[in-house]
Amino acid sequence: MVEFSLWDIFRNIGLAARWTIALSLVAFIGGGIVGLLLLCLRIGGGRITQALVGGYVQVFQGTPLLIQLFLTFFGISLFGVSVSPWLAASVCLTLYSSAYLAEIWRGCVDSVPKGQWEAAKSLALSFAQQLRFIVLQQAAKIAVAPTVGFMVQIIKGTALASIIGFVEITKTGRIIANATFQPLLVYSFIALFYFALCFPLSVLSKRLGLKLSISSR
Amino acid sequence: MKIELDFLSVLAQWPLLVKGVAWTLALTAFSAVLGGLVGVVCAWARAHGMRPLAYAVAAYVELIRNTPFIAQLFFIFFGLPAAGVKLTPKIASIIAMVMNLGAYATEIVRAGLDATSRGQMDAAKAIGLNRLQMFRLVVLPPALAKVWPAMVSQIIIVMPGSAVCGQISTEELSFAANLIQSRNFRAFESFIVAGAIYLLLAIAVRKLLTWVGPRFFFGNFGAQR
Repeated sequence: MVEFSLWDIFRNIGLAARWTIALSLVAFIGGGIVGLLLLCLRIGGGRITQALVGGYVQVFQGTPLLIQLFLTFFGISLFGVSVSPWLAASVCLTLYSSAYLAEIWRGCVDSVPKGQWEAAKSLALSFAQQLRFIVLQQAAKIAVAPTVGFMVQIIKGTALASIIGFVEITKTGRIIANATFQPLLVYSFIALFYFALCFPLSVLSKRLGLKLSISSR
Repeated sequence: MKIELDFLSVLAQWPLLVKGVAWTLALTAFSAVLGGLVGVVCAWARAHGMRPLAYAVAAYVELIRNTPFIAQLFFIFFGLPAAGVKLTPKIASIIAMVMNLGAYATEIVRAGLDATSRGQMDAAKAIGLNRLQMFRLVVLPPALAKVWPAMVSQIIIVMPGSAVCGQISTEELSFAANLIQSRNFRAFESFIVAGAIYLLLAIAVRKLLTWVGPRFFFGNFGAQR
């Protein structure tokens, strides 16, 4: 039997944290791209498109991420493709974050005064130009803080990918806990690692929000 | 290529689904009531308590908000027995959910407490209310009315979150879906059904809470705004 020292436990969970970070980045970047697309559809699309995007957001916000992961995992394999946990987790978390980000950003766009749209229109800018040069620039400033805040939620969401077999902090921790019979210690380490990843982002998000509310006074 | 979907074989197992829904709702109800109480008490402690108490509450809130729910649940269910605290899956689930919601509720209620105007407090003091009465009768009701929408949203976030409790064999909805798919190998269909039920529950619970709040928790403060 292999003995695990305290350092071994710490190091192994630390190494697994790379995968938590990698998956979070994939989900954030992928979700950002899809989310931006959804945002444009929601602002610029017709009634039906808007309703569809609204439904998409409602589905992802109203169902458990765990169920979404299972559905992606088993759903892709329905097509006869064998699914790696990596693929399923990144697809699912991308869709999940896109729904939330689209909704967060829509709130930011809505908070840009209507006069700005009208002024842009009166300058004969096309819709895309209004969006790009006038509205999104102002919305982006408001969006930074909640977006950073949402990154915390993505990192926490990746923990669920452990259930479909993606080896990251939680999964590694479970394996080590089973091997060492020191669950209390190992699960404390797990919490510690997540805290170390998430807390700086939470603080940053709060700071950015505060800064904005002061500058806009 | 043809994909055959068979939802009937999932729906045929409806007693399992019903039981799952009951447990999901029970977990949500427990966490909403107890977590809400934890939130109010902690928010009070953070605003009016002694320094060390306020710091302890702040640490609790940040610790919960910056770690995944599944890590909290596993810590309670798998970690604590090593320290001599053995819990059944259901008790562990309830504790984890109450602690989780409690932390978020603390922040939400605190935002509401900050909004009470100075004049109201002075008025309460002037008619001779003690600190507890002042908090309960003057400060809390308008604060709750103000933060109720945020509170409802948080409860709606916590309910699907309870799906994770199935991983420690609490027999809630996602556990039922898992059980069904292990019986009839209709994995995709059973999770679609479970997902649809969660979605309906989320919509129904939101409706219910928005209706209940003004009627039972904070009188007609909501209506005045």
